[in-house]
Amino acid sequence: MTELALPGAALAVCLLLALALVSPFLSPKMRARVVAWGCVVPCAVTALLAACVLIGGGVGTLAVPLGPAGAGMVLALDGLSAFFLLLLMLVATAASGSALDGHAEPVTAPFLPLFIAAMALTLLAADAFSLMLGWELMSVAAAALVLTGHRDPDTRAAALLFSGMAILGAVCLFPALGLLAQGGGQGGAQGGIWDWRFASMRAHPPEGLRASAVLLLALIGAGSKAGLAPLHVWLPPAHANAPGHVSALMSGAMTKIALYVLVRLVFDLCGPAQPLWWGLPLMLLGVAGAVLGGLRANVEGDIKSVLACSTIENVGLIAVGFGLALLARAADLPPLAALAMGGALLHAIAHAMFKSLLFLGAGAVQHGARTRRLDRLGGLVHTMPITTACVMAGAACAAGLPPSAGFAGEWMLFQAALAAARVGGLGVQVAVVGVATLMVLAAALAAAAAVRLVGIAFLGRPRSPLAAGAEEVARPAHAAMVGLGIAALLIGLLPGWVLVLAQDPVHRFAGGLGGVRDAALVVAPAADAPGYAAPAIAVLLGLAAIAVAWAMRRWAVPGMRRGPAWDCGFGAPPPWLPFGDPATQYGGASFGQPLRRSLGAGLLAAREAVDMPEPGETRPAQLTVTLHDPAEAGLFAPAAALRDRLSVFADRMQLLNVRATLSVMFAVLVLFLAAISVIQQW
Amino acid sequence: MDPHGTFGALSYDVGHLLGTGVLVLSFLLLYQRRMGAVIHTYAAQAVVLAAAALWQAIVQDSWHLLVTAIIALGAKGIAIPLALNAIVRRLNIHRSIENAMGIYTTMALGALLVALSIMVVLPTTLQAQALTREDLALALSVVLLGLLMMISRRTALTQVIGFMSLENGLILAAVGVAGMPLVVELSVAVLVMVAAVVFGVFFFRIREQFDSLDVTHLDRVGGLQR
Repeated sequence: MTELALPGAALAVCLLLALALVSPFLSPKMRARVVAWGCVVPCAVTALLAACVLIGGGVGTLAVPLGPAGAGMVLALDGLSAFFLLLLMLVATAASGSALDGHAEPVTAPFLPLFIAAMALTLLAADAFSLMLGWELMSVAAAALVLTGHRDPDTRAAALLFSGMAILGAVCLFPALGLLAQGGGQGGAQGGIWDWRFASMRAHPPEGLRASAVLLLALIGAGSKAGLAPLHVWLPPAHANAPGHVSALMSGAMTKIALYVLVRLVFDLCGPAQPLWWGLPLMLLGVAGAVLGGLRANVEGDIKSVLACSTIENVGLIAVGFGLALLARAADLPPLAALAMGGALLHAIAHAMFKSLLFLGAGAVQHGARTRRLDRLGGLVHTMPITTACVMAGAACAAGLPPSAGFAGEWMLFQAALAAARVGGLGVQVAVVGVATLMVLAAALAAAAAVRLVGIAFLGRPRSPLAAGAEEVARPAHAAMVGLGIAALLIGLLPGWVLVLAQDPVHRFAGGLGGVRDAALVVAPAADAPGYAAPAIAVLLGLAAIAVAWAMRRWAVPGMRRGPAWDCGFGAPPPWLPFGDPATQYGGASFGQPLRRSLGAGLLAAREAVDMPEPGETRPAQLTVTLHDPAEAGLFAPAAALRDRLSVFADRMQLLNVRATLSVMFAVLVLFLAAISVIQQW
Repeated sequence: MDPHGTFGALSYDVGHLLGTGVLVLSFLLLYQRRMGAVIHTYAAQAVVLAAAALWQAIVQDSWHLLVTAIIALGAKGIAIPLALNAIVRRLNIHRSIENAMGIYTTMALGALLVALSIMVVLPTTLQAQALTREDLALALSVVLLGLLMMISRRTALTQVIGFMSLENGLILAAVGVAGMPLVVELSVAVLVMVAAVVFGVFFFRIREQFDSLDVTHLDRVGGLQR
């Protein structure tokens, strides 16, 4: 079975590409449904194949007679790519399954199989050409899918920002791969000076300055797609404006593919002989993104933006895990490196499941209630009970509650951060301790954001007629959400089994074995240390829940009664709203206010302006809140200003008069001559 | 090594003297205040250039350098100055030289440019003959001074003279190198003639439009409002 996995996966990629090519010729009515079915089946089969490879082991390569002249494409499936392929295909099955009811926009439907195939190609690639082909197709398809609602100017702006970041990523990844290929090609028979195959890059890892350049370029190139700070700015608008199943794929799978590329470049192709400081940039950027994302998730007013910010936070935590693994590997501490690496991989797959679930839930809300704004939602638990149940399960994971899927990975990452506090010199130690502290803050912020999302959007009373009249979505979307929920539940209950699946990459790149014992039911940082036994905790929690339920049945007042809601001491409600105006409920902005004031004032430059009418005026009072992401103010605004200055300068250079033009040419000529003479003097 | 190309030989000394003469006349061009003087200095430079070409024709014993010398003398030493004088008379612009830079600044810059071209040429041409090296350094200096003249003057006529003095530098380089084919020099000469005609038409058009030859008036015609 395992030797069939790679050809099978390649065949699935071909099928998806063929589907993408054929589907534009179908009638718009059929297209979405055909595309959805055509995606579900190959994705599910490929997920099974990837699981087989992970269980059965075995590495294979496949040479494809396509690609650049003289060097065909090489595909390979090893433990790392199989793990991410499993993750991708689970998310893709659910996401395309949720589109089975045919509500997807037919115009952009053909890009869905292209997107999935491109991500799979990126994972299967074993040479630079295939990797970049998959990577670029992924960017193009994702941008096209974001543009589904292209009539909205916000959507167009989001797609433009996404495309800009994709171009930046490609501009950095190409030279990174070129630098890696340069080392492999010395005297190589194939491809002249450069050898683009991963196998030869692996055999000649870069050193010194070249390796540092590869790390920097990989951090920018892959990090911009993964949502690593400070290049995370595109995530909230792009995820908010894309359709639900597309956001699920982008957040659940695409950011993980980018992390995979980062791991492939930094852990695999750069080799293990790298200095200790290599872990620091990943850790510091990761924790910065985690805190920033967690905080922004508490102040955003759009449910999908909230989820996107939570993605930034989780990607940050995973990046911290990879950074710790690099640090520990360089310090020659394989058990610690394995703990961090295992935690990062576990959290990656857990996040893929629960964040896709949450985005599908948000898509269902958007479809059912026709709005994404927190201050218009509320009370969806009555109108969309199944969606609410699924979203609550996902939110429990996002909040990191035991025994959910979110807890296991974060627990391992925390264990690794605490254990790594004695690695390296004083500077590194201080950095690790700071990172661990900020990770705790980020986890707490994520929990608050999850409570805010569920409490404001799904509980309480509807804040608008839209929310009151929300309709439950069709069965395929429910099936997708329930499936993802079951996957998340399994990961949460059996994290050790997931670690066993991830054993090959952990062993290969971290040197040690993931800390599992007792039939992989207990996850432990060391063989003799106390561990986390998720099934036991689940049983205890279940017993406690049964006891509480029994006690409630035994002593509670029978029957249900609705009473007036507390309305903050406002006057008597108007006659048409006997229970008070729902707008006086605690809202999303009010829930986030303490955090916005305490942390947001410093980190997000949050400012509040109260416009209070004079006595006698009839206009309403207004509270205006402004927020600025520091990356936007510190990186993107100066970059835009620089671009404007450069274009003004270029414009001015074009309009110079005769003498000035001649002078510029003369000055350049003299400068070159002077440079020549200076070089001659040496 | 070729005995003619070494220091101390008569051929070298005279060739060097004539090349230096072209350079000195370039300096003279830089600080002339009157239009007539500029044209006369340019004519003198062309005559010295013709002499340099003639000397090289004798020394290298090649007839085509003779053609170069005749073209330089006839076209640049006589015909173009006469035409320019006619333009000056018809447009009545005897005194209208406006320097964009001060004379002393220009002269100091010129001296620096000569130093620069010597520093560039001498180390890069170690394998070549001494005469070729010196000649190339002088020629590069003349080219740079011509460019400097083009940017240090405001009127179109003096800019054109700067351009043609720059071209004199190119011819000086061409005659100093043994074996340069005639085609190169002929084509450069034809180019300059065409340029002179075009510029002549151009002068009258500018004059008709703006009642002056000051090129700053052209800024308004740049296409876009600033």
